[in-house]
Amino acid sequence: MHSIPGRRIILVSFLIFLLLPIYWLVNMSFKTNAEIVSTMTLWPHQPTLENYKRIFTDESWYSGYINSLTYVLINTVISIAVALPAAYGFSRYRFLGDKHLFFWLLSNRMAPAAVYALPFFNLYSAINLFDTPWAVALAHCIFNVPLAVWILEGFVSGVPREIDETAFLDGYSFPRFFIKILVPLIASGIGVAAFFCFMFSWVELLLARTLTSVNAKPISAIMTRTVSAAGMDWGLLAAAGVLTIIPGALVIWFVRNYIARGFALGRV
Amino acid sequence: MDKTINQKAWFLVLPVFLVVAFSAILPLMTVVNYSMQDTFGNNQFFWNGVGWFKELLDPSTDLGGRFLASLGRNLLFSAIILAIEVPLGIVVALSMPRDGWSVAACLVILALPLLIPWNVVGTIWQIFGRPDIGLLGYTLNSLGINYNYVSNEFDAWATVIVMDVWHWTSLVALLCYAGLKSIPDAYYQAAQIDGASRWAVFTAIQLPKMNRVLLIAVLLRFMDSFMIYTEPFVVTGGGPGNSTTFVSIELVKIALGQFDLGKAAALSLVYNLIILIVCWVFYTVMTNAGAERPVKQGAE
Repeated sequence: MHSIPGRRIILVSFLIFLLLPIYWLVNMSFKTNAEIVSTMTLWPHQPTLENYKRIFTDESWYSGYINSLTYVLINTVISIAVALPAAYGFSRYRFLGDKHLFFWLLSNRMAPAAVYALPFFNLYSAINLFDTPWAVALAHCIFNVPLAVWILEGFVSGVPREIDETAFLDGYSFPRFFIKILVPLIASGIGVAAFFCFMFSWVELLLARTLTSVNAKPISAIMTRTVSAAGMDWGLLAAAGVLTIIPGALVIWFVRNYIARGFALGRV
Repeated sequence: MDKTINQKAWFLVLPVFLVVAFSAILPLMTVVNYSMQDTFGNNQFFWNGVGWFKELLDPSTDLGGRFLASLGRNLLFSAIILAIEVPLGIVVALSMPRDGWSVAACLVILALPLLIPWNVVGTIWQIFGRPDIGLLGYTLNSLGINYNYVSNEFDAWATVIVMDVWHWTSLVALLCYAGLKSIPDAYYQAAQIDGASRWAVFTAIQLPKMNRVLLIAVLLRFMDSFMIYTEPFVVTGGGPGNSTTFVSIELVKIALGQFDLGKAAALSLVYNLIILIVCWVFYTVMTNAGAERPVKQGAE
């Protein structure tokens, strides 16, 4: 009943519009550079795995993926760990300055990364974290922690208060209640929040690039460096691009059933 | 919402406060500090008072001209993509299948562009739009349309807008879909009994239900398009000329390109202030909308 006339055509054409540029990237990643530059082919006529092989065998390439995944994981763990108690606090209690604090958090989610690039560079250089995954992970907290609080607050609010009260009457201490009862109840919410932290940390480039130079360089920065080098290696660039899409696609698959509610930040 | 007043809740939010304060307040202090000074390199700083701010808001100076021009471009860009993405997102959400395996498949495909690193999004469209090796550029040019986003301002804008629509419409669609999913079937049955038209169902049942999520969608889309940096930077580099130089691109140019710390810091503060104001307006509207209509169907 909530459908509209011609819905299949609209939906299918939109999905094709989404997939076409990605297909083109995948297509190019299996071509040799000679084929890319010389002819226009809709599928690779001389398919090659050479581009992928180069990425997997050259450390300066594959270390980029490891670096990226490292800071993304650190960031996700920190964000969820600090956001969980805060989400509970915001959801259940009123306290001095709660609304202001919530708004302040929200405003940090919206702050442009470009504003923070330079001060972060100074800050993390000063405390000797520059060019480590920790610098990027902490820097990404500025937008991921507020987001995680926002999402989890929605999910915690969906848990009836009676459950807390019953647990406390049964003699549960607060930490025990939190870990044994609340966390399992909002497990899907935690999954969704983790998904979003992963996502926004994974896609961000500006801060990640500014805060690293050699050891912790993320894959996206390695890609830009290669683009500017003399002579475009389109096939290699495409293959590197395809490999950055895969982690995201895997994560989506795991949370596909919660994805719609997650995008509504747990407040539908 | 019957929340109890308990000041000890501060202990629960303290870790979040500390982590975000470390990343937000400390750097912002540096920015405020820089914005009042001028530097000629060599770590020598000179007091400049509100000089940069005056220059920033005066279109006749170089800094002010660049800032206001990029601000204008950015607002135009945000307006255009909101005008396209919001209706398109609603239509896509309404077109989603109701159940079966196709729902999961559609959701995964929709979410895909959202999880691609922003510079790769740029790379994808850079390649896709090239007249020599890109499918889009090649097709348009063989159809007789002279399309080249590197040299033509209009083409560059069109590319950046289509890219953003490609990248972010899914977010709006997924949010709306979540809103639609929360409508109980009984509502539709009642509408059918009343003989409500398709349009009436949309305006009386579906749109009000999507209100809240649409507000979130507009907020997120406005903010993210207002601070867009990576994608247009990769595709057009802000060109041709300055035609796609948005505020963030201009800011990074000044801060990291020219290392004009004072100017960049002043620009940052004004930029942040605009975002803070818009954010506050949305937040007020959102909390008021939530207060007027207490959650009826609950958060299932």
